Amino acid sequence: MTTTEVPKELSTPPEIGGIGHSLKRKEDARFIQGAGNYLDDITLPHMLHMAILRSPVPHARINSIDTSAAQALAGVVAVVTGADLAAHGLAWMPTLSGDTQAVLATDKVRFQGQEVAAVIAESPYIAWDALELIEVDYDQLPPVVDPRQAMAPDAPLIRDDKEGQSDNRCYHWEAGEKEATDRAFAEADTVVALDTHYPRSHPAPLETCGCVADVSPATKHVTIYMTSQAPHAHRTVFALVAGLPEENIRIISPDIGGGFGNKVPVYPGYVVATAASLLIGRPVKWVESRSENLISTGFARDYYMHGALALKRDGKILALRVSMVSDNGAFYADAQPTKFKAGLFHIVTGSYDFPAAHIVTDGAYTNKAPGGVAYRCSFRVTEASYLIERLVQNAAYELGIDPAEIRMRNFIQPEQFPYHSPTGFVYDSGNYPAALKLALEMVGYDDLRREQEAARAEGRLIGIGIASFTEVVGAGHSTDYDILGLKMFDSAELRVHPTGKAILKLGVKAQGQGHETTFAQIVANELGIPANDILVMEGDTDNTPYGLGTYASRSTPVGGAATAVVARQLRDKARKLAAHLLEAAEEDLEWEPGRFFVKGAHDRGVTIQDVAFAAYTNFPEGMEPGLEGVHYYDPPNMTYPFGSYVVVVEVDAGTGQWKVLRMIAVDDCGVRINPMIVEGQIHGGLTEGFAMANMQFITFDEDGNCIGSNFMDYLIPTAWETPRFELGETVTPSPHHPIGAKGVGESATVGSPAAYVNAVVDALAHLGVRNLDMPVLPHKVWAAINEAGARSAT
Amino acid sequence: MYPAMFDYLAPTSVEETLSILAERGDEVKVLAGGQSLIPMMKLRFASPSTLVDIGRLPGLSQIDETDGYLRLGALVRHNDVVDSDLVRRTNHTMSAAAPWIADPVVRNLGTIGGSLAHADPEGDWASVMLACGGEIVATSTSGQRVLPVTEFIVDMFTTMLRPDELLTEVRVPKYHGRAGGAYLKLERKIGDYATAAVATHLELGGDGRIATAGIALTSVAPKNTKAVDAEQLLVGQAPSDELFAEAAELAARASDPKTDVRGPAEYKRDVVRVFVRRGLAKAAELASVA
Amino acid sequence: METTITINGVARTFDVEPRVLLVDLLRTRAGLTGTHIGCDTTSCGVCTVLLDGRPVKSCTVFAVQAGGREVTTVEGLVKNGELHPIQAAFKEEHGLQCGYCTPAMMLVGTALIERNPDPSDEEVRWAISGNLCRCTGYMNIVKAIQRAASEMRHAAEGSTVG
Repeated sequence: MTTTEVPKELSTPPEIGGIGHSLKRKEDARFIQGAGNYLDDITLPHMLHMAILRSPVPHARINSIDTSAAQALAGVVAVVTGADLAAHGLAWMPTLSGDTQAVLATDKVRFQGQEVAAVIAESPYIAWDALELIEVDYDQLPPVVDPRQAMAPDAPLIRDDKEGQSDNRCYHWEAGEKEATDRAFAEADTVVALDTHYPRSHPAPLETCGCVADVSPATKHVTIYMTSQAPHAHRTVFALVAGLPEENIRIISPDIGGGFGNKVPVYPGYVVATAASLLIGRPVKWVESRSENLISTGFARDYYMHGALALKRDGKILALRVSMVSDNGAFYADAQPTKFKAGLFHIVTGSYDFPAAHIVTDGAYTNKAPGGVAYRCSFRVTEASYLIERLVQNAAYELGIDPAEIRMRNFIQPEQFPYHSPTGFVYDSGNYPAALKLALEMVGYDDLRREQEAARAEGRLIGIGIASFTEVVGAGHSTDYDILGLKMFDSAELRVHPTGKAILKLGVKAQGQGHETTFAQIVANELGIPANDILVMEGDTDNTPYGLGTYASRSTPVGGAATAVVARQLRDKARKLAAHLLEAAEEDLEWEPGRFFVKGAHDRGVTIQDVAFAAYTNFPEGMEPGLEGVHYYDPPNMTYPFGSYVVVVEVDAGTGQWKVLRMIAVDDCGVRINPMIVEGQIHGGLTEGFAMANMQFITFDEDGNCIGSNFMDYLIPTAWETPRFELGETVTPSPHHPIGAKGVGESATVGSPAAYVNAVVDALAHLGVRNLDMPVLPHKVWAAINEAGARSAT
Repeated sequence: MYPAMFDYLAPTSVEETLSILAERGDEVKVLAGGQSLIPMMKLRFASPSTLVDIGRLPGLSQIDETDGYLRLGALVRHNDVVDSDLVRRTNHTMSAAAPWIADPVVRNLGTIGGSLAHADPEGDWASVMLACGGEIVATSTSGQRVLPVTEFIVDMFTTMLRPDELLTEVRVPKYHGRAGGAYLKLERKIGDYATAAVATHLELGGDGRIATAGIALTSVAPKNTKAVDAEQLLVGQAPSDELFAEAAELAARASDPKTDVRGPAEYKRDVVRVFVRRGLAKAAELASVA
Repeated sequence: METTITINGVARTFDVEPRVLLVDLLRTRAGLTGTHIGCDTTSCGVCTVLLDGRPVKSCTVFAVQAGGREVTTVEGLVKNGELHPIQAAFKEEHGLQCGYCTPAMMLVGTALIERNPDPSDEEVRWAISGNLCRCTGYMNIVKAIQRAASEMRHAAEGSTVG
């Protein structure tokens, strides 16, 4: 059991750079010189290149595949089909959600873009030439691209490969309590309902997925360089899937150009490349194109949600009912803890104190790429947070209460923590009123409402949107959290060298979050070794302790905790060494950053560097030499970061375009290790939230064609469209975390979409508009204004 | 992701280029900035067997004014137009449109000649030329032809250019008297094609009435389209908001947009109406202070 | 076919198929992997290099088109072992997270500063609107470019105000 030691102010000087310092990043040196080591930068001798042939149609039987012309092309070494893989038992692989997924299609293709064959050639240009020469004969079947249609009784069966599967349902899941919720609804003065679709989105990191698989013909040792957010878990999956001995598999995740959850699933390309390298005896590189990334890899969201909020006339919420249909694509491949089929959606009661909620959800197979849990969603918290914040906003309109006021009336109060939510979460700490108050102050809320009135009188459409989110990150405790049975602990291994420098090895894996700096700062805070003297290693399964990786904002809550704990263990040992060096009793020593000294004799002391040297050269009789430790941390609870965001927009009534005038974001993620890095994470999340609210989505036409499988159709905002952000902070430490920190990487993506959408709805609320589904494209705004105009005219 | 193989020729003069086109014009493809052609080749929507790279040819990059025309060589890059003081002084529609083509990096390579020869109905220059009475100069070993853009653009990706011809120059007549113009483009983000865009061009007579009117539409028809009825309504009239609103209605009716992911047809038509009204007002405002 | 391109000040001759993209030549033939690939529709801009001083998307240029011309990549920013002011500025302002778009952003930034030594927030955003970033939300990229502009202005003026 660890105790929380929360630094009240900076407890280390800048030259040590512990918690709270906005240290410049150590990893920057290589990136600003173009010397990063990303996957596609890796070249091995005799390396071959792989390209994947993908299905142009969404649902079809495969009658035949003719690869003869492709095989005959000069420079082609091999062409692999599903039949070839089936001979080795590799045509299907398990997903992270306990389903199976085709590696290369055998009987049928089940989504447009599905992997059908692979070419391995001397150059990527030749590989792509060869793709054009492969002939596949498809018999098209009717596609299903709407999960609600997929659940209809007469829908075509997509997963006829699964024994006992007679329909397109892939799961049913419930949370909360039906009876209590029904009783509460019966007492309501009003019920506010909302039907909304959280559209399909995609993490689209700027670096696509890929691998270099290198199976040594001599030793059969497998080294896979892989864009992986979870290298240890991936290694275990490979061992199970391919039947290869786990000690012979080494996964190295190099520098990653963005992850956002896209690099958590195991993709067919990795498996085929590894199989190809095994069979051919040369390294095989596979790097997908952007179109492949968007059409086939782990997408996010695509949730049809019906929510209803029961309230009293004074605005007090009594209960929440939610029913949902989720579109999981052709294979159930969500990357989420096993127990929770809808991720952590049941955090949907959000920042509000009410006793009853009931959530029912069904997942459907469709003829689309597999996935659903990704893109900075904290395991579906994005969907939940969006729903509750939109409902609360609409409740404000319904009851004639100010949207900020209705939230204040319902917030869980600071004295109610730890708070037991009606769906089983225990929120660790929070001060929601303080965050909202600060956000309202920063934006000048009262003046703004007056400005809005005045603008309306002139026919200008200004809107103010609020979102006060609470989310849940840091998966997670072993009783409730596992992925494929692997519990979601994480780890840190720390060695201090004789000269007082250190190396920290982690089970998590950054893709831009700055771990080489922030985790060094945790150690610096505990041991007083300057952060710049601490090397942080991640990503190589042979050289790091076992961990579940970085996604769902778990690195700081779990990996950071492990780091603090192991550093404290080393400090305990250091104290013994210091006592030995100073010939004093341990109890007579005091600690200041980087130094033990004798109580009352400040000059009589030894530095941590002295101690480190002594660990190897002058340790007491019977003591184990060295200064090293490893800790595996099973988090006792999740952490619950929160915040309040306020967005101000102006809508152009002529074209339906909207522009963000101001965006205020107050975040509370507990103790901030490196404020500069935390703010950077928030900027990024607010931008992704803006993207989803404004322009970014994947959709399908009725023939099952994917629209949004390239960057001309799947729109990522540039610096020109992206708003400028004003950040504020409150700090409410987590009582159970060793350094009081919570995760933060996803807070802004979770909390901001509702703020943007609420703002646009607010601009039109006086016309009676209550909903605009994301992305709120100009034509939707235009249609809403026209409908409202038409309504008021009749 | 990677284009198919092709043969590559890099002539060093316009004459050499014209010889190649005279002999093999129907089997080669001209490469100027490449910012439309190369993306198509990478996705294998186009696989020409031979490319003729004119990107380094001298004599095709000038911007000047002679004989009553503003003249631009075919290889003038979009950003050259953005940076040109001469264009800014000489044609408001062009200088309004140039910054909104593609994105600032693509504009360093994309050319006005290449863009017009490509004739993408979602391309911006054709609408600007239609509104301003622009002309194309097509050169071959048999001489030169001057074609008004109204005739030059035949259909989607189809122009009057013969296989043996190279588009060498684009020109617009200089303003007669006080004039102004605008280009309004609704795009979801920088780099997106227009959901709808409108080019306007007004020249006023000495009496302050409209002597010449040009209105052309982007992305709302199979090709860039002149709103002829709307233009004719304006000629001889005094500028006013009511007049512009009427013209906007006519222009909207001249459009033929498709419903797609950027919105329903009625929406795009309405954007045309809004943009024509705003664009004419802007043109009139600039003309009044000219 | 043979083509000679001056890359970061050094003339280099390659034998390449005409279809080889400039970005591939830089990455796999010239050993310069700092220029990246992020998309297949000329949309993302992580492949941006300077061609005769102007930013271009090197994934949409054939290597042979750059024959006889000068290319500057991120590797060319460091001079005599010293970081270019823009590189230092990106680190100081936390203008990068995963680093994938960073070489491109820095090169576009230097080209902007060359033409406009004191760019406003809006002018910077406009100049980088052909380059995507997924991590930073652009705020600190803009600050980094403005900081570099300020440093370079003061260096040019001879003052040491930082």
